[in-house]
Amino acid sequence: MLSAIIALSILAAVFGLLLGYAAIRFKVKSDPMVDKVDALLPQTQCGQCTYPGCRPYAQAIANGEADINQCPPGGETTIIALADLLGRDPKPLNAENGVEESVKTVAVIDEKTCIGCTLCIQACPVDAILGAAKQMHTIIAAECTGCDLCLPPCPVDCIEMVPVSTDSTNWKWSFPEETDKQEKTA
Amino acid sequence: MRRLFQFHGGVSLKEHKKDAMTRPVKTALLPKQLILPLQQHIGAPAEAVVAIGDKVLKGQLIARPSNTVSAPVHASSSGTVVAITKHPVSHPSHLDAPCIIIDTDGEERWHTDRQPVANYHELPPEKVREHIRDAGIVGMGGAGFPAHIKLNPSNHVVDTLILNGAECEPYITCDEMLLRERALEVIVGLRIMRYALQAKRCIIGIENNKAAAFRALQEQVRNTGADFIDVIQVPTVYPTGGEKQLIQVLTGKEVPASGLPLDIGVVCHNVGTAYAVYRAIEFGEPLISRYVTIAGSVAHACNLEVPIGTPVIDLIEECGGNRNTLSRVILGGPMMGTALHDITAPITKTTNCILVNSTIGDVPLPSRDKHVMPCIRCGNCATACPIDLLPQQLYWYSRAKDFDKVQDYHLFDCIECGCCDYVCPSQIPLVHYFRYAKTEIWAQQREKTLADIARERHQFREQRLEREKQEKQERHKKKRAALKPAGNAASKEEEAKKAVIQAAMDRAKAKRESNVSKPKNTQNLTTEQQQKISETDARRTKLNNDTTDKQDVQRDLLQDNNP
Repeated sequence: MLSAIIALSILAAVFGLLLGYAAIRFKVKSDPMVDKVDALLPQTQCGQCTYPGCRPYAQAIANGEADINQCPPGGETTIIALADLLGRDPKPLNAENGVEESVKTVAVIDEKTCIGCTLCIQACPVDAILGAAKQMHTIIAAECTGCDLCLPPCPVDCIEMVPVSTDSTNWKWSFPEETDKQEKTA
Repeated sequence: MRRLFQFHGGVSLKEHKKDAMTRPVKTALLPKQLILPLQQHIGAPAEAVVAIGDKVLKGQLIARPSNTVSAPVHASSSGTVVAITKHPVSHPSHLDAPCIIIDTDGEERWHTDRQPVANYHELPPEKVREHIRDAGIVGMGGAGFPAHIKLNPSNHVVDTLILNGAECEPYITCDEMLLRERALEVIVGLRIMRYALQAKRCIIGIENNKAAAFRALQEQVRNTGADFIDVIQVPTVYPTGGEKQLIQVLTGKEVPASGLPLDIGVVCHNVGTAYAVYRAIEFGEPLISRYVTIAGSVAHACNLEVPIGTPVIDLIEECGGNRNTLSRVILGGPMMGTALHDITAPITKTTNCILVNSTIGDVPLPSRDKHVMPCIRCGNCATACPIDLLPQQLYWYSRAKDFDKVQDYHLFDCIECGCCDYVCPSQIPLVHYFRYAKTEIWAQQREKTLADIARERHQFREQRLEREKQEKQERHKKKRAALKPAGNAASKEEEAKKAVIQAAMDRAKAKRESNVSKPKNTQNLTTEQQQKISETDARRTKLNNDTTDKQDVQRDLLQDNNP
């Protein structure tokens, strides 16, 4: 009886220490789920999900505060990926947040009209606009996420969203038209 | 007799090669216009160094490589640059690509600055590679990888240099004709390449249906006494001409997945590339022409030596084809070629064959009318696959757009040879699915890279804003701190002043109090006297009040005058 109690106490103490050590030694600073969710989001930082950027939205999803269907730029692909990650059922995009655009766009500044007010520079979430006060601004197209956030602040409406042009470097093979043919033969 | 090895699968195809080999190779007619795409190779497109209106000479550099994995472009004939613009080219996307367009003058005047290398053995190998690079030579078997890069052993010891003369696709005969007619030149080219690579030995692999070419090569090897070159016949199985397959057949070694032949000490080049290297070193000529097979439904199927940039339609018409009856033109072979959407597209450095109206029954891929039926899981595709993949699984996962799974089944080892497509009894366009999946995965990877950049930039911005906020606070704090001592001093001064005033007031008060005489004669007065005093006091008070009133009126008047 006594020996059993002693043995169990020692075991409990040993495991307790072990767990305590592990909790300190292998402490995970940020929530790994937030990182995982954040990795699936398109990083447009557009705020259409009602959160100020992709990471806050990821945080909200991880905390269970936000649904997985609030990201229009990511669209169906992102929703499916999130559903996969979180073990939920995919659902259609919430129309309140916006509609999924079929083509990726980038902002272009009409440099003749630009008055150099820097308002768009302050609005750009990824610092993709170059310029200074009373100097012409221009957009670094390669780094523009197409979030549209620079459009509302522009006082002279000189920013336009243009679709990214397809060339041989970003062209994709189409999905084979098999189903139609199958129906025909059937 | 060397021991040969086998690769998995493969298919036997009808050759259709005889027609085009009945005539000797001629030089094609010079076209009125040359269309030279800036990208005829894998890597970055070249940058034009000529302007519209410039006169150019044959062999003159017109576009320089934009980085290390790139190749220059040279004018194939003399003439005038009339445009640098987008023009239809052969590409599955049907997209136009930037091209330099030259109106030829028919004089064929050569550029004077040709630099032949008299004795390449005296140059270090890297100089030889530089010459090859400056000649704009790319892999001419179809992939178009810049040759100077593939001729760089870069820390590897190259055991075997393989020259690929297998040419396994139906209809194509340009390599075979080159070997028949220019065997000696090809062997000299091979020796130069061997020198550049510092390779120990060389093998020329050639399919056993090319007897004449084989004999020509053997004879030239004997004549030149190059005992380090083996000419070896390999069985005619499609796709023996694939780089990895030929290496496997000749050496028994398999190129590792997502590795290079260099990793197993082997380098493989096309025979056409060897010929181009010979022209570049011996004559200082850049790559401005190549052998092209024109086959299919044309009156005179043949091989022509074609200036690069010649429009496809010119060659078809030269061989008796009719522009009005064309229904389908394929550039490349029937298995791996690309259906051409615009017949004005030019011949590039990698075009080996023009296949005209190929509606013949056993011609498979791009030409086939597909009546797709469901997969019956017969497994023929897996038997035929030369890489030993499972095309059936790849197909299911590509169709389901499960791009993780499809990579688990080694999608990126697929060489798109089309064997699975060819044997599929349900005529499923398997290769199309694989190409679709590949480009989708690449697009996803590109998007991921962009997303990572965006994330990083966003985080940096957040940090920057935070930092700026703190800096601002810091600044304000400092400013306040700087103001405070001054404020204290001011208040002290004021306090001192106040103290002085207070002291003065106190003094005055004290004085006043001390000055107030207390008349002693007002004590013990009679009632009469007391009354008199009261009267006097009342008069005085009244008088005082009157003066205050007058003063008030005066002040009001003053204020009215000076508002």
